[in-house]
Amino acid sequence: MPYNPALVAPMRTEVTRLGAKELTTATEVDAALGDQKGSMLVFVNSVCGCAAGNARPALALALKHNVVPQQVVTVFAGQDLDAVARARQYFGEYQPSSPSMALLRDGEVVHFVHRHQIEGRSPQSIATELSAAFDRFFGAAV
Amino acid sequence: MSGHVFHPGHAELHGITVVVETSGSLTYVGRYDSQDEHGVLMLDVGVHDAKAAGVPKEEYVRKSAKFGIRTDHKRFVVPTADVTRITRLGELG
Repeated sequence: MPYNPALVAPMRTEVTRLGAKELTTATEVDAALGDQKGSMLVFVNSVCGCAAGNARPALALALKHNVVPQQVVTVFAGQDLDAVARARQYFGEYQPSSPSMALLRDGEVVHFVHRHQIEGRSPQSIATELSAAFDRFFGAAV
Repeated sequence: MSGHVFHPGHAELHGITVVVETSGSLTYVGRYDSQDEHGVLMLDVGVHDAKAAGVPKEEYVRKSAKFGIRTDHKRFVVPTADVTRITRLGELG
């Protein structure tokens, strides 16, 4: 059962204020991820304090890097159920977890950050690895 | 909301994705919830049976770390007597 929307609203804002486009329906997900071109980060938001509480500030830090994805979109697990289910269909063999982050290039998942790779780590540590992935997969030489 | 924790007072591993190894052929990967006299309660659990699986346990754990956990059980209790080791999956990936 979804949490109270008022409780979740600040968690949504913490991501959308970074410029992430929020996708709340399957139709919106298809419009953003279907025939996707260029580089994109999909942030699967979550209420979980253990992991999401560090994932959101990690995203904020990583997006200050000199190489960043062209597009950032977000869906909210446990809240926008249809949107999340549809987004996961674009993640191929990567199993669902939340929070998580998928890096896509021309519709292909090139890197995935699972919940277990977020748990117990500082935002700085997560951001450092995420920035390295930006360099590797979205850098000018790619 | 950064760093906000909704479930204070739980065990250190609560909410953490772990690998639970047992004295038998079964290995479990999933989120640790709690532990009581019955065993370790895990959520969204994948199970590897060394007797039945085509891949070794180490390969199963490695794939779980890379691609995530293919859930076999939403909730599962691993009897405490069977547990030999609990490791964070994040430390193994």
